[in-house]
Amino acid sequence: MKIGVIIFPGSNCDRDMMYALENVMGHEVVELWHKDADLQNVEMVVLPGGFSYGDYLRSGAIARFSPIMQSVIEFANTGGLVLGVCNGFQVLCEAGLLPGVLLHNNSHTFICKNVFISPANHASAINSGLKPKAYKIPIAHGEGRYFISDEDLKKIEDNNQVIFRYCNENGEINEAANPNGSLNNIAGVCNEGKNVFGMMPHPERAADENLGNTDGQDIFIAFFEALKLTV
Amino acid sequence: MTFRADITIMPHRALLDPQGKAVTKSMGNIGLPGIENVRIGKHIQLDVNAETKEEAEKQVKTACDKLLANPIMEVCEFSISELETA
Amino acid sequence: MNTTYPTVNFDAAKELGLNEEEFLKIHEILGREPNFTELCMYSAMWSEHCSYKNSIIWLKTLPKDGPHMLVKAGEENAGLVDIGEGLACAFKIESHNHPSALEPYQGAATGVGGINRDIFTMGARPIAQLNSLRFGNPKEARTKWLLKGVVKGIGDYGNAFGVPIVGGEVYFDECYHQNPLVNAFSAGIMEVGNMISATSKGPGNPVYIVGSATGKDGIHGASFASKDLSEDSANDIPAVQVGDPFQEKLLLEATLELAQSGIIVGMQDMGAAGIICSTAEMSAAGKCGMDIQLDKVPLRQDQMEPWEILLSESQERMLVVVQKGKEKEMKAIFDKWDLNCAHIGEVTEGDTLQFFWNGEKIAHAPAESLVLGGGAPIYYREYRKAAYYDQLQNFDISEVEEPKDLRKVATFMIGLPNIASRKFIIEQYDSMVGTVNMSTNNPTDAAVVNIKGTNRALAMTVDCNSRYVFADPEVGTMIAVSEAARNIVCSGGLPSAVTNCLNFGNPYNKEVYWQFVSAIKGMSAACEMFKTPVTGGNVSFYNQTVLKEKTEPVFPTPTIGMIGIIEDKKFITTIPFKEKGDLIFLLGQVREDINSSQYLVHYHGIENSPVPTFSLEAENALQEQLKMTIRAGLIKSAHDVSEGGLFCCLMEKSMPSGMGFDITIPAEIRPDAYLFGEGQSRVIVTVKQEDEADFIDNMMLNGVAFDLLGHVTKGSIRVDDEDWGDVSEYKAIYDTALENIINT
Repeated sequence: MKIGVIIFPGSNCDRDMMYALENVMGHEVVELWHKDADLQNVEMVVLPGGFSYGDYLRSGAIARFSPIMQSVIEFANTGGLVLGVCNGFQVLCEAGLLPGVLLHNNSHTFICKNVFISPANHASAINSGLKPKAYKIPIAHGEGRYFISDEDLKKIEDNNQVIFRYCNENGEINEAANPNGSLNNIAGVCNEGKNVFGMMPHPERAADENLGNTDGQDIFIAFFEALKLTV
Repeated sequence: MTFRADITIMPHRALLDPQGKAVTKSMGNIGLPGIENVRIGKHIQLDVNAETKEEAEKQVKTACDKLLANPIMEVCEFSISELETA
Repeated sequence: MNTTYPTVNFDAAKELGLNEEEFLKIHEILGREPNFTELCMYSAMWSEHCSYKNSIIWLKTLPKDGPHMLVKAGEENAGLVDIGEGLACAFKIESHNHPSALEPYQGAATGVGGINRDIFTMGARPIAQLNSLRFGNPKEARTKWLLKGVVKGIGDYGNAFGVPIVGGEVYFDECYHQNPLVNAFSAGIMEVGNMISATSKGPGNPVYIVGSATGKDGIHGASFASKDLSEDSANDIPAVQVGDPFQEKLLLEATLELAQSGIIVGMQDMGAAGIICSTAEMSAAGKCGMDIQLDKVPLRQDQMEPWEILLSESQERMLVVVQKGKEKEMKAIFDKWDLNCAHIGEVTEGDTLQFFWNGEKIAHAPAESLVLGGGAPIYYREYRKAAYYDQLQNFDISEVEEPKDLRKVATFMIGLPNIASRKFIIEQYDSMVGTVNMSTNNPTDAAVVNIKGTNRALAMTVDCNSRYVFADPEVGTMIAVSEAARNIVCSGGLPSAVTNCLNFGNPYNKEVYWQFVSAIKGMSAACEMFKTPVTGGNVSFYNQTVLKEKTEPVFPTPTIGMIGIIEDKKFITTIPFKEKGDLIFLLGQVREDINSSQYLVHYHGIENSPVPTFSLEAENALQEQLKMTIRAGLIKSAHDVSEGGLFCCLMEKSMPSGMGFDITIPAEIRPDAYLFGEGQSRVIVTVKQEDEADFIDNMMLNGVAFDLLGHVTKGSIRVDDEDWGDVSEYKAIYDTALENIINT
């Protein structure tokens, strides 16, 4: 698959994402520069983590207006595959491609640690091939508390748009396993068309076997397998 | 009596304001290159119970100096008005 | 421009921190009276911070040569060592103590910015950071304020910039109450031969300032001059510098593109003394001159005087010299990253720095005369053995009462602020960005950082037990170097090179200077022994608490940053116990030694005792043995014995996996000293039962002492056949003790 990874000024997980997709997963990866509008005929766009524009004002608020994002919005609205991780998820929410917002963690501190997530259902490409178990994936964010209005929460739950939830080691979803105060332990969501995905945890940080945890690689493998069946 | 204070806290004018600088630069992206010198601070609203307006001002001033603003980096301004009792 | 500068005379020089001798020396160099701007230039360049005038004599005695060294100590922005496979590692440690004492958040943040700029200015991408932090009593409100601010500052800057914090240390002692220590270490990687040098050459080549605009930051030393200019202008002097990690990240990417472009001649980060320091040092290094138009420097504040522009320490700026004719390429790179890039001058023949303001020459001086190693003054300082030293030797262990309930002591020890978990601090740092931190899921004594695309890894650590250094500055510093090396060896690495951050009190105090000189002697001896040359670092004097009656210096704290090479990832050795039934061995000599231990200080309240018994030869023998045994594949886990002694070391091996231990205390030693004493040069390892014979054969080769302590259990702790409970009970205390103190 030909995948484009966007580089915003201040992105700092761009190289990690490219390493995971190219060196670990074996895909063709191209860099997409924020000032360009050309998506270079990629089959999927990935918005990496980091601090685009220093996260100033609100995470993702400034990046959302960069030239490349106008093309990404068009691409997504015509069914193109888009994945945002961490800051990428925040940009997609600001751009209106995903429902909800990401607020300051309820601890009011940045949190970086391994957490566990489990697929909320098997309704979209990113979770359809996953086992109903706890995957150990790191988080690293200051603004990751997923929030949405009651009405819209019901809508995304009913539509199976929640893709991952924070859980404990045994897969149990409870408040103790919720690292940042997200509603319904939500760690990731997708759009109504199930072609745009966003998640706070970083699967690319659990992809290289040198680091002693490959649960993120398992998520990527299942995702790309499912895409092969649908595309 | 109860007074309402509206407090504006801004980064000291001599200091770099990285956030304001980044936001200024991004104005071009939304088609407003005419906007410049963005500086970003905080607005705080609070109510004070005090005998007189002067006493309320004193309390707010103390709150600003001790807690709400960091005098090394920020400047604080506020206005106070008596709240109408229902 | 205001022309009513203060009159140049001895009083003005004194206000600027220059003494009479230095003032006269400037006359001699210039052959005339300096003007005010020139006086400011010399005062900044000859300050302790830039000239190292009170320390350089001794710094030059440190071992500098090693087989892996790619640049000479002090010649470039950071040290550079060959790590194999065509790659080099640039690394350095630096202090930001005094700014952090004033405003902990920005002080620590700008410290992180400064150290990373040193690394990427050389053309290396920072891949890992560590820090060494020291505060007063954690129960004090001031400590909580400082700690929270420093941690948030380090996190917010490093997390946004995108360098993982892979390790470090946090210590508490009353002596740091007023004056905390914030030492930041950074390491980066580049291809050998791609280094950008901090030198200027080629008359006619253009000189640029890049990055942030210049404001009136960090020119307090000269602030009296502003007061004379106008009442109001003193308000324009920022009391604190604000870091901008976003700007720094852009500067990093632009710099690395510049390094690849082939158009660069040299580059230097602007730290202390900003433009004057970078122009002088680069010109002196390249033996050439420079003409600089100060009116072309982009400014953040209005109405800045030329001398303010010269001295400003505004963050996130660099001085760059590129090849003539490549101006367009230069501009294209910085435009791409939306960064300022102002052409402010040219390299010239000769050795004179000339500064212009709207075409008028306002200051000139020989570059060489301003810099360390050139005209900057060098002082021998007198020193005298500290009076306290002999008193410490009166300590007698037999006067220390033996506690009856050792299990109670064990629970007390595991919750001490200097021993308990730092998890709540570490989790505020991004420790995984860059996907190279191999210690996240497999904890190691030194942080292990993957070098992608190779079978190698780097091990790195920062260490200093300053209580030992206080007790005996020479031996204590040997121990600091040894502990760093031991951590690297325990992790499976080979110690390679050192960077140091020397935090001391006032150098004009003879006893403080004795601590400094002794520390350098100890460091030299240890670095010779481990063949780990000192590549650079920094000196921070005047770390002290000023009380009404007297000035109390902090513990002498020569923080050691060390990197090591793991030539094959299969040698990586981790801390946790692996399997029930594995044999637990102690390598190294057992002594009845509780000197300067956390146990003695905190349980018994005895502050004064000598440094633990120590021998460099024994330490080296231990490390050589351990390297060999690890490479023979006989070690399943390793962890050195440090603060809290053998018991805390065992607990640290227990807690990650939840497995416990069953050990026996030898009859001939006081049990409290055995469990909690900090006797040096010891490592606890585990060995598979079936490897026992091979392990013992291997250990017999060099005569390093070793003892079988016991074996790994499923989760229970047993000492001399007594039930000491389960690992989880200790873990509950260890995980929350420090966090509870700080957050209440």
